Amino acid sequence: MEDSPRPAAFILNRDDVSTSWPAERMLLDFLRQERRLTGTKEGCREGECGACTVLLGKLEGESLRYRPVNSCLLPMGEVAGAHVVTIEGLNGEGLTPVQQALVDAGAVQCGFCTPGIVVALTGYFVNADRWEAQEAVSSLDGNLCRCTGYLSMKRAVSSLCSALQPPWKNSRDVSPAMEARLEGLVQCGLLPGYFLDIPRRLTLLREQGEHVLPFDPRESTPVAGGTDFFLQHRADDGRPKLFFLSSREDLRGIHIHDGVCRIGAATTVEEMVRSEVLAAILPHVKEHLGLFGTTAIRARATVGGNLVNASPAADVAIILLALGATVGLAEGKKRRQVALKDFFKGYKLLDKAPDEWVEWVQFPLPSRNAAFHFEKVSRRPRGDVAGVNSAILLEVDGGVIRHAHLSVGGVAPVPFYLAETVKFLEGSELTLEVVSEAAAVAQGEISPISDVRGSADYKRLLLRQLVLAHFLTLYPSLAGKGCLHGAP
Amino acid sequence: MEPRDVFLHVRGEAVFVDDALLPAEHLFAAIRTSHVAHGHVRSLDIAPAMAVPGIYEVFTARDIPGENQVGKTILDEPLLAESEVHFVGQPLAIVVGESAEAARRAARAIQVEIDPLPAIYDVRQAFAEGSLIAPPRTFSSGDVESAWEQCSVVVSGTVESGSQEHVYMETQSAFALPTDRGGVKVVSATQSPSMVQLVVARILGLPMHEVEVEVPRLGGGFGGKEDQATHWAAMAALAAWRLKKPVKLVLTRHEDMTMTGKRHPYLSDYKLGLDAEGHMLAYEVTFYQNGGAVADLSPAILERSLFHATNAYAIPHVKAVGISCRTHLPPNTAFRGFGGPQALFVLECAIFKAAEALGVEPREIQKRNLLQDGDAFPYGARVERCRQRRCWDVAEQKYNLQAGLKEVRQYNGRNAWRKKGLALMPICFGISFTSTFLNQAGAFVNVYVDGSVGISTSAVEMGQGVNAKIQEVAARIFSIRPERIKLETTSTSRIANMPPTAASTGADLNGHATRLACLDIVERLKDAAARCLGKNAPHEIEIRDEAVYASGEATELTWEKLVNLAYFDRVSLCAQAHCATPDIFFDRDTNKGNPFAYYAYGTALVEASLDCLRGTCSIDAVRVVHDFGRSLHPLVDLGQMEGGIVQGVGWMLLEEVMHDADGRLLTDTLATYKIPDIHSIPGEIQVHFLEDAENPPGIFQSKTVGEPPFLYGIGAYFALLQAMKAFRPDAHIPFSSPMTPEKVLLALYPGDRPV
Ligand SMILES: Cc1cc2nc3c(=O)[nH]c(=O)nc-3n(C[C@H](O)[C@H](O)[C@H](O)COP(=O)(O)OP(=O)(O)OC[C@H]3O[C@@H](n4cnc5c(N)ncnc54)[C@H](O)[C@@H]3O)c2cc1C
Ligand code: FES
Ligand code: FES
Repeated sequence: MEDSPRPAAFILNRDDVSTSWPAERMLLDFLRQERRLTGTKEGCREGECGACTVLLGKLEGESLRYRPVNSCLLPMGEVAGAHVVTIEGLNGEGLTPVQQALVDAGAVQCGFCTPGIVVALTGYFVNADRWEAQEAVSSLDGNLCRCTGYLSMKRAVSSLCSALQPPWKNSRDVSPAMEARLEGLVQCGLLPGYFLDIPRRLTLLREQGEHVLPFDPRESTPVAGGTDFFLQHRADDGRPKLFFLSSREDLRGIHIHDGVCRIGAATTVEEMVRSEVLAAILPHVKEHLGLFGTTAIRARATVGGNLVNASPAADVAIILLALGATVGLAEGKKRRQVALKDFFKGYKLLDKAPDEWVEWVQFPLPSRNAAFHFEKVSRRPRGDVAGVNSAILLEVDGGVIRHAHLSVGGVAPVPFYLAETVKFLEGSELTLEVVSEAAAVAQGEISPISDVRGSADYKRLLLRQLVLAHFLTLYPSLAGKGCLHGAP
Repeated sequence: MEPRDVFLHVRGEAVFVDDALLPAEHLFAAIRTSHVAHGHVRSLDIAPAMAVPGIYEVFTARDIPGENQVGKTILDEPLLAESEVHFVGQPLAIVVGESAEAARRAARAIQVEIDPLPAIYDVRQAFAEGSLIAPPRTFSSGDVESAWEQCSVVVSGTVESGSQEHVYMETQSAFALPTDRGGVKVVSATQSPSMVQLVVARILGLPMHEVEVEVPRLGGGFGGKEDQATHWAAMAALAAWRLKKPVKLVLTRHEDMTMTGKRHPYLSDYKLGLDAEGHMLAYEVTFYQNGGAVADLSPAILERSLFHATNAYAIPHVKAVGISCRTHLPPNTAFRGFGGPQALFVLECAIFKAAEALGVEPREIQKRNLLQDGDAFPYGARVERCRQRRCWDVAEQKYNLQAGLKEVRQYNGRNAWRKKGLALMPICFGISFTSTFLNQAGAFVNVYVDGSVGISTSAVEMGQGVNAKIQEVAARIFSIRPERIKLETTSTSRIANMPPTAASTGADLNGHATRLACLDIVERLKDAAARCLGKNAPHEIEIRDEAVYASGEATELTWEKLVNLAYFDRVSLCAQAHCATPDIFFDRDTNKGNPFAYYAYGTALVEASLDCLRGTCSIDAVRVVHDFGRSLHPLVDLGQMEGGIVQGVGWMLLEEVMHDADGRLLTDTLATYKIPDIHSIPGEIQVHFLEDAENPPGIFQSKTVGEPPFLYGIGAYFALLQAMKAFRPDAHIPFSSPMTPEKVLLALYPGDRPV
């Protein structure tokens, strides 16, 4: 393949940009070094701090969606055909309501985190149909601030949410059309006027097809959200050629067919969180996956990436294991399926040929009387990888466990399916004694090691506690029935 | 962060060191460090680095023209290691290239062979082997030895407090430009511009006037840039000076975390004796401070631990010993509180244990022993204008302690798997550098012919709001609109011999200096006005709200007109002033004196919630009554309070620095080292500004507020302990911070670890 990539065309704030920066270099460097847009800061280069937050606007069918993303983990290949908005692109003559609210609340101390905060918070107002303080606060879950303690930011958010009404409020539950939304946002000063013309300009770009990057998939490494990949392949380590899975629309989406729910490999965690299809099957999925990463990471991280990266505490993998999922693999025209619990063979070892791709993952719809639950304990409750996480699916009939799946992360080299424990549970009566015993059986299956996430002893103890937590959450009445191992 | 600065920040237009536009041909530096904690450097081969495309030069210790020494009081710290290395992450070589990526690639390519030597990480071992940074120090009062007999209860034990990574959001950074005279200008993100100047001059063998250091602003410091910003500035300076090209050095987060020191972990042995009523009679404590490989600020930090050994309490018989241990970790350094938090934590642990022994609640002991006027600290200073008891009493009433306790009891009765705990945390923190000579600062005020004002001081703005306060001081003295007043960057060419911006002294020292300089100018302006108006004496002239009054009557003069008139009258419109805190002294031979200008007081109520099934905890509320004096800037002070509390709670419950057995940092990224995010902060922080709290030594009766709030975080630990005890009264909970979910769970389920 020729080594002179066609320039990538996109819109950066107000400007049309065409650049031949390599597709695998990071947007953050392009912004700071090439364009000298220094309002976007580097605080960590690992998706943890949010100082580098920008909005990535993409046309999705007829609508335009802006997502807050970490530009330190966003390759140039992903911005082709998109609208990239940095803090400079939000500035008008005076301050926007978001900026003003932060100033008024005293939410600016050293100011290093501030541009990222402004961008992330603006991103919330741009995306949300209704503006609610609690959700607006959550939109800052990926922005670290070491100075303020966040209280002033929360005050800024609540004053914003009480002062501002979405101008499209009348149209109740329906999402307003893109134009109406942009007009409303410009009208209340959240966005500068040039945004009104962005849909037209993006459509033009799309028609010109300039954003399509040339590459040969067979010679490239697939990268989806890049939230694992770019941490493992640092900027100056010489990256392989990349194939951006986000360009494969067919690998995205969540569908139910024939009693099976299938999730495309390139579906993001955010899409899972927002999915009504999924919510109908797993009513608490929003809460459970809300424990995954941060808003900006969820916007990029994909299901396929989570499975292939195969971190022992991968949240999506743990959830899918307990749903009895199957993975769909493809290599060229060849297709095959493998049960997820057999997909993980050893530490970062998969039942997957190097050139095989994950196309989808699917699971049978749980029966009506099945109950599902997910537990995750990490050092920091949010935005942290689990010390131990665990998911369970239980079908109980007449006080007897008919069918079960139980998975646990962080206590084995792989996201782990507790096969023996499941065997023990199935056919047992639903009592506290059985639960305690199941927790004991689980101990025999796992092999935790001591590391930064905790000592082996702790992880063993925590697994026992999480098994209890599963049952006590799903069947609270159990608490009163019998003696709990470990309770004082 | 004066208003203009805030405006720039929310627009992303404020320029930090790494954002500055440099001349086109500037270069980038990267550092090669030791991968061994202690050893002999057998060989260092830079040839592979030089072979990397785009590399200009590699500098090692041999290339330093002056002295290879960055130590301050104790000269034990080379800029670049020579024959021996003393910690993992110690700089060995500087690589300069046309891009930061190339420089890093080359730095990795350097071949280093090190023969390992035995390394020490543990303070007890260091002490046993005599590996100390300075001789132990003892502060004492009364006679502990004979006091134990009078006590009805004596408790003793060991307390561990963990380290803490600063995580200023802006990593260490500097750039340097060669000057035509053969000197160098350094722009550095440092809290100590003068220290950088001194060290750069020493390294390059130049007189200090050939080195200018300028600081635009910092993206957070918290003490981490007091001593440890110097190295990177000196390296950039060395490279720029040698190559005669601008050189920039910005650490990545990972480099910053591995190369720089942190808050000192302490191991402390205590013994506390009380009478039957709960009066603390005798307290003996030995602090073993883990100083890391070189002295840095460790002795000064340890000294503050000794000053604050008794926190807010009056204890007649005290013996506090401080031992600074030399280990093979990166040099630990200043961090908000400067050894104070470590000391306070030990005594609170002792009180917790004594309360168990006496069968009372810790708050009863706390309250019984609070300082009041007339009491003395072990180092001899008498307590004046003490507001410790007032803060406590107001907190008890305002936040309705009794009702709170009742609610907690009821909640705990109702819930099997969730428990709450409530703790009080009184704090007392001395304001001043404990090294008396540092308590001086300068201000340089320029009034321009158009009436605008530019002020340079020794203070570095890092988000603590010192510039907003100085602007307020000048606006009050001149009685003009604050918008007329600009705070300049901090520069060694404008103010010489600055103290670091630290020890919460920034607003006081620089505020007073600014006040004095402004007063000088006001005097001259009044003279000029009197001359112009012809009828009045200077003392009858008043400048009020931008207008000039004579004997109370309005005149035609405004601020602008007056300034202009003074200029044409050939009156100097610039003034320089120096401030030195009066009446403070300390004798390091007897360890007695009066080292502080005043003390900050306050009390917090902290409420914790514990999930006893999962071992996770959240802080529901921190409610504070704090003595801010007469606050100069309530919004700034509130921000300091909230930010400090959250950092303090982070230190106590969340943030854990871990090393492997070979002294390598394990928690070396923000993925493994967790600081509070917006979801993990206390549900509520209430701050009540104590009323009627004039403070004559402070600027305009205020009290500075940088460090004290951090101390309230300690209350979170004890609130959590209370909740744990509610679940398992017999739990044996080691005094060891941070109290992570792991430690909580292991303490709640002792002995029945499943197999
Ligand atoms: C700040 C931060 C927080 C995080 N928090 C969490 C968390 O809470 N829980 C958690 O589980 N994880 C977390 N992660 C890890 C990561 O986000 C997830 O594992 C994510 O799901 C990876 O998806 P991705 O699309 O970004 O993968 P990528 O980085 O794009 O890819 C990962 C690997 O999978 C390969 N790959 C990707 N898609 C396919 C495919 N379809 N077929 C074949 N190979 C493929 C890539 O080649 C690469 O080797 C976090 C990461 C960061 C940076
Ligand atoms: S730089 Fe920290 S998230 Fe990107
Ligand atoms: S204001 Fe300093 S990091 Fe947020």
